[in-house]
Amino acid sequence: MTIYLPIAELSVNILIILGMGAAVGFLSGMFGVGGGFLITPLLIFYNIPPVVAVATGANQVVASSISGAITHFRRGTIDIKLGTVLLCGGLLGATLGVWLFSFLRRAGQLDLVISLLYVVLLGSVGSLMLWESVRAMRKAAKNQATSLRRPGQHNWVHGLPLKMRFKKSKIYLSVIPVAALGFCIGILTSVMGVGGGFIMVPAMIYLLRIPTNVVVGTSLFQIVFVSAYTVIVQASTNYTVDIVLAFVLMIAGVIGAQYGVRVGQKLRGEQLRALLALLVLAVGIRLAIELVIPPKDIYSVVSAGFGF
Amino acid sequence: MTHLARIALAALTLAFAAPAGAQMQDENANDFTEKLEIGISTDEIAITSDFRGADLTIFGAVDGFDPNLLVQGKYNIIVSLEGPKDNATVRKKERVFGIWVNTSSMTFELVPESYSLSSTRDIETIAPPGEMGNMGIGVDHMRLVPLGFVGDGSNLGEFRNAFRRIRETSGVYERDPGGVQFISSSLFKASVRLPANVPNGVHVVRAYLFRDGTFVAAKALPLRVVKTGVEQVITQTAHQQPFFYGLFAVLLAVITGWGASLLFRKE
Repeated sequence: MTIYLPIAELSVNILIILGMGAAVGFLSGMFGVGGGFLITPLLIFYNIPPVVAVATGANQVVASSISGAITHFRRGTIDIKLGTVLLCGGLLGATLGVWLFSFLRRAGQLDLVISLLYVVLLGSVGSLMLWESVRAMRKAAKNQATSLRRPGQHNWVHGLPLKMRFKKSKIYLSVIPVAALGFCIGILTSVMGVGGGFIMVPAMIYLLRIPTNVVVGTSLFQIVFVSAYTVIVQASTNYTVDIVLAFVLMIAGVIGAQYGVRVGQKLRGEQLRALLALLVLAVGIRLAIELVIPPKDIYSVVSAGFGF
Repeated sequence: MTHLARIALAALTLAFAAPAGAQMQDENANDFTEKLEIGISTDEIAITSDFRGADLTIFGAVDGFDPNLLVQGKYNIIVSLEGPKDNATVRKKERVFGIWVNTSSMTFELVPESYSLSSTRDIETIAPPGEMGNMGIGVDHMRLVPLGFVGDGSNLGEFRNAFRRIRETSGVYERDPGGVQFISSSLFKASVRLPANVPNGVHVVRAYLFRDGTFVAAKALPLRVVKTGVEQVITQTAHQQPFFYGLFAVLLAVITGWGASLLFRKE
């Protein structure tokens, strides 16, 4: 069963796309991540032009993050003020990111940069997560209490000026690192088609020392808006959002996520993190291999109307 | 899966009434009496969501031929279907610090996005390569003019060859050296192919008549390829109303994500 993707301008097997969406949805529900970092590489492996994969991936992230964001909003676990500062940085970052995206595309280096960014980010985040979760599992085996957050500790970040009080998070923090974090994540969203939760959550916990209870909700708040903004800007400047592809992925994704959540609840936190780390590393390694092995053809042809 | 939209095409009239000889002589200094006519039944092809490529049959007639030459098989016909033209960039990868990076590129000016060639026999045996080159018939003779500065041009051949090879292996450029057949003494039938990933726009059907290795006459007909239905609406909106298209994509995601969480909560 094939379906024609009007923007990607090719026919694909709808069952493969549905399967991809469901599998990533399942994993994202299980691990509580947006899944953008999985969907975009998978689409690229399936020969969807990277330009379309990235823009469409951002659209899928909106769908997979919105329900989580709403749930957190109802529970009151979003620090709107902190989220808004993050968002300001995020929107600026996304704008620069889309510009960078167009520039790299014209220069013929977009695919390389996307792959390199994925390899570096997935590799480092995956390794850190794996190391941390293995340590946590060892401690758990010795019956020691584990905590993700070491409260009361301060680092250089807390010495920066322009401090602002975030009541919900109960912290007094400079807006510079917050906006800078949002800015970096915004660039990643528009260049890589990821929500960036897998980087933002650890950064907020370890670097900014924001209380864990508001971290996930606030990061989802920022992700929803920055991804939505990215989709609109990508659609307006590069015309690369494939709504048919996005819709098929979303439908399969949100259903898969519901089942993933159920499985995720049965697993322990550190086991879940170790599994996620392995998954992140696997995707990173797969992309790294692609960069290193000699390509089937060292030449490629790109038509001006549509840069692959 | 192998469903091919088969498009039946009608032959054009075989008007044997005396051709406008005087006019013909004005056009051709070589005094050719032959006249070429081609016809297709449609000037528009619609791409639907299950489009897997299409075979096109083009009928044509040669008028005012010399029966002796025809018997000897001295008449040859080449029919091409040329896609819309666009600039195309060829990039070359090289190993830099262990990873493969695009290091050099060359852009060719206005080359067809698709090209299907059909002839009575291998085009290299129809006319000398020089003539084919002058007329730009066939993938090997297609004009590939580099855009901008290309240095000393030493790598021109390498990039041209790569371009031709990639376009041929991906199936958008193809040739069929037996695709044109005479079905009567003057009537011929040619089959050309539109690939599955055919570009939208105006394609051109061109027919060339050769007599004993010399070009005699040519005819061209336009063929529009359009997306239809939902595909058409989506592509058009994406390019003409990109902001609202993006907004709609976001809205769709919001509804899907929110809707699913509401739906599953009830269970």
